[in-house]
Amino acid sequence: MQVPAPFEYERATSVDHAIELLNRLGSEARIIAGGHSLLPMMKLRMAAPEYIIDINDLSAELQYINISDNEIRIGALTRHQQLLESDELAAALPIFRDAEKVIADPVVRNKGTLGGSLCQADPSEDLSAVCDALDASCVIKGLDGERMVSMHDFHRGPYETAVADGEMLTEVRIPLRPNSSSAYHKVERRAGDWAVASAGAAVTMDGDVIADGRVGLCAVGPNLTNIEPISEALRGQAPSEELYARVGQIAADNSSPNTDTRGTAAYKTHLAKELTIRSLRKAVARATGTDTGAVA
Amino acid sequence: MTVTDDNTNAVPTPDNNLNDNKPVGYGRMLRKEDPRFVRGLGQYCDDVELPGMLHLAILRSPMAHARIVNIDKSAAEAHPKVKAVITGADLAEQGLAWMPTLSNDVQAVLATDKVRFQHQEVAFVVAEDRYSARDALELIDVEYEYIKPVVDVRKAMDPESAIIRDDLEGKEDNYCFKWETGDKEATEAVFANADVTVKEEVVYPRVHPAPMETCGCVADVDRVSGKLTLWSTTQAPHAHRTVYALVSGLPEHKIRVIAPDIGGGFGNKVPIYPGYVCAIVASLVIGKPVKWMEDRTENLVSTGFARDYVMQGEIAATKDGKIQAIRTHVLADHGAFNGTAAPLKYPAGFFGVFTGSYDIDAAYCDMDAVYTNKAPGGVAYACSFRITEAVYLVERIVDCLAYELDMDPAELRLKNFIQPEQFPYESKTGWVYDSGDYEPAMRKAMDMIGYDDLRAEQAEKRAKGELMGIGISFFTEAVGAGPRKDMDILGLGMADGCELRIHPTGKAVVRLSVKTQGQGHETTFAQIIAEELGIAPDDIDVVHGDTDNTPFGLGTYGSRSTPVSGAAAALVARKIREKAHIISSGMLEASVADIEWVKGSFQVKGDPEKSVTIQDVAMRAHGAGDLPQGIEGGLDASVCYNPDNLTYPFGAYICVVDVDPGTAEVKVRRFVAVDDCGTQINPMIIEGQVHGGLTDGVGMALMEMISFDEEGNCLNSTLMDYLIPTAMEVPDWETGHTVTPSPHHPIGAKGIGESATVGSPPAVVNAVVDALKPYGIRHADMPLTPSRVWEAMQGNHTPPI
Repeated sequence: MQVPAPFEYERATSVDHAIELLNRLGSEARIIAGGHSLLPMMKLRMAAPEYIIDINDLSAELQYINISDNEIRIGALTRHQQLLESDELAAALPIFRDAEKVIADPVVRNKGTLGGSLCQADPSEDLSAVCDALDASCVIKGLDGERMVSMHDFHRGPYETAVADGEMLTEVRIPLRPNSSSAYHKVERRAGDWAVASAGAAVTMDGDVIADGRVGLCAVGPNLTNIEPISEALRGQAPSEELYARVGQIAADNSSPNTDTRGTAAYKTHLAKELTIRSLRKAVARATGTDTGAVA
Repeated sequence: MTVTDDNTNAVPTPDNNLNDNKPVGYGRMLRKEDPRFVRGLGQYCDDVELPGMLHLAILRSPMAHARIVNIDKSAAEAHPKVKAVITGADLAEQGLAWMPTLSNDVQAVLATDKVRFQHQEVAFVVAEDRYSARDALELIDVEYEYIKPVVDVRKAMDPESAIIRDDLEGKEDNYCFKWETGDKEATEAVFANADVTVKEEVVYPRVHPAPMETCGCVADVDRVSGKLTLWSTTQAPHAHRTVYALVSGLPEHKIRVIAPDIGGGFGNKVPIYPGYVCAIVASLVIGKPVKWMEDRTENLVSTGFARDYVMQGEIAATKDGKIQAIRTHVLADHGAFNGTAAPLKYPAGFFGVFTGSYDIDAAYCDMDAVYTNKAPGGVAYACSFRITEAVYLVERIVDCLAYELDMDPAELRLKNFIQPEQFPYESKTGWVYDSGDYEPAMRKAMDMIGYDDLRAEQAEKRAKGELMGIGISFFTEAVGAGPRKDMDILGLGMADGCELRIHPTGKAVVRLSVKTQGQGHETTFAQIIAEELGIAPDDIDVVHGDTDNTPFGLGTYGSRSTPVSGAAAALVARKIREKAHIISSGMLEASVADIEWVKGSFQVKGDPEKSVTIQDVAMRAHGAGDLPQGIEGGLDASVCYNPDNLTYPFGAYICVVDVDPGTAEVKVRRFVAVDDCGTQINPMIIEGQVHGGLTDGVGMALMEMISFDEEGNCLNSTLMDYLIPTAMEVPDWETGHTVTPSPHHPIGAKGIGESATVGSPPAVVNAVVDALKPYGIRHADMPLTPSRVWEAMQGNHTPPI
């Protein structure tokens, strides 16, 4: 049994209480939600926070999927399992179900949260790529109230986000647009493994052309949020295999992965292209009602 | 005689639960162990809690090769809950810093001079709780002096490489041992005249058994009697006890080793690890019970690994596909200490069976085994003493030959099998295969999977640019070590005892020398006794894993339990039956010759009304009244079984894979496994063993590998990095069997524990390579991760080490 270093434990009774604890206990305090990233790191003694602030009692404030006409708001404590199982979410943003099917395993998904995933900011973490493709914004709360940042500004780099000491992520907001859909593709060595690489795409159609499109990539290098040349290349174009290939190449050109035990840099760069193509193809098929349900 | 009919594909129904037939003997029945395991009520080492028990944690080296300059343990000793901090220097004062390995090498218990692999044991802390023990490790300050580690096995013998084992007198290189088998000249002659020769380097990477339960123990030395009780995760409690006695000087009768429930072994729990010795020392010194349990990382980075062979395979054949010779040179990485667990005369285990299931003219192998700065071990992970590597080599190289001859790999194998009338068959490397009938097993596997239809489907798919592969593996194992004239471990003969006692009411207790780790011994052995005596398995208590309460024997590994201990169980039951027969003659007032045994009772021939049950006899044996002259009371017996030969189970495996041409992901679509382990005792347990082994095989073929960076850092220290397959990666296994009994085993059984682990990796790899045939690929090494498959498709295949 792996055992963490000593730490103190606090249980928050409200979001305001959690923020007050964060400010009182200082920079050595960490929030714990599902704990499936933090606890393994503590057990391996790669992380040794002095204080743990447990927010699992805050489901009334932080655990929800609220869908309106033009926006979906998801509370930071919403579990992976809810994101996987929500039919309403899958109807509006199918990319979530695509991704959640391949995130970890049922035990992790029962406990792990959207907020925890985004705040961990692991470069191989799937939901950051999903939220990026969806042009999501993050609501961050501190003593001075709330602020909202785009995914691009939220994700500062590996394991680094815009959430400052004394603040916490409370909500993710995703705009809903008509004639839109999305998809996610991941390559992993085994079910539940981190991505070797993955790509998510979201498109909005205007008749026969793509009015707007975005691609989020995962595990192929830093700073891959909001790849503007991809959106530029898609804008106003009729969907075609040539277009997907061109955009896939842009994705590959923007990637800078490392060779590691999951794969070579060349392979991951290839996947950035291949999975971008597949995600775009699927997203367009869904948006135009021509999806056959095929896997790739 | 080989029997091929079976109802393997029958499905249990509400009226016929095929697994719960309650046989009085062989057949399907639910495991006697299951009620405790499925309810989480097993009792494992870590469940042992004793009054006043302390906890031990081990400080491990962060570096792979470094001289220890200084250790400052004062801060750790000052921790309020710490009872002792022990270094290698402390152990050296007692002469306990080094211990023998199972291969007659030595291994440091705690490093004294230098560390020789990353995560080697350097010091230990004993504290009041496991948290404090772990915290105190961080208070020990060790100063290391870096030495360039030897990581690349291919460079271990380079003159510029540092000498790892400078603890050995006069050691001036990193050689571990040289070994050869077969006839070099005869093989060269065949190769020189062959129509076709094929050469391929085949790497079997280092993998880890990774049992669900890690290794550990609780050591308790009684302060009055001086008796040590050691609860320990051991597959071989008796062998361990004897070794502890020889090493520590404790008299053997003052040592009791108890192996409680074990959460998977796979060979990982055969060696004696430094942690066990540390816990014993701690309990001796402090006078309190001491528990040591590895964490997951410690298990992966420091305990017995498996494989790590770089094999140059060569095969010679006629142009119409008659295999004539197989030759190989092997470079074997044994890590920092030779911790291989194998019979002493077999430093390469049973690798000598690399000639496979084929009747060939000549064979030769020479092996260079070397030391590197990696964790020690060598034989583990359900490998039948290196038969895994041998089978992988021959089945891969035969497929390479099929590729060169443009011949169907099934046809090539069928053409070269040893024929049934050739058994017992002595191979060109001196192994005497006891029995076999290979073609029916092969044909059965081909029928079950629909081989011809699959080849047609493959042709259609290839025309469309889709990648589908069909892989075949036909293996023969040599298990059940072994005859004591040839085989021993550290001087201990590999025979096994068995004791059986029938109680007055006809219930029984059987005591085994072997130790289950999930194989279901409590069921299988009860069924063996039941078959011989007609006592229901539920009425037979199976005792194992406690040296004070079981006969001596070498334990469970190398698929040896049924071939060796299973034979002992059958023979001890027959001894009882013979005595019971005589007693029954008194009870029935008939001569022994006029009484026949009908399972469960003795009957007067021709008068079935006159009979007594085994239970009646048991009561008479213990009860009042005279017994026949010269017969003692009671009904118990013991034997020690020395096998005449190994047993040679075999099987035909066929795997179908699909490879995504865009992402290079491999999907195992189907897998048919036809096994022949001789007489089957419990088909359900056999199928369970096969399912587990096949899953192991998919893991090794597609994802598992222990790898190191150039500084010798282990890159797979958690289960996030060392991948083990899940239900998602494997298909519904399709199993079948033929039955070719072993001629020398009392019940004809051959052992099944490792067949699937041995046989499945080449089937999967052959299937993937077959799928990649359109790319002109003849070979690719494991693990066939998407990245490695994609690189092969680009023409960039590289060996994994």
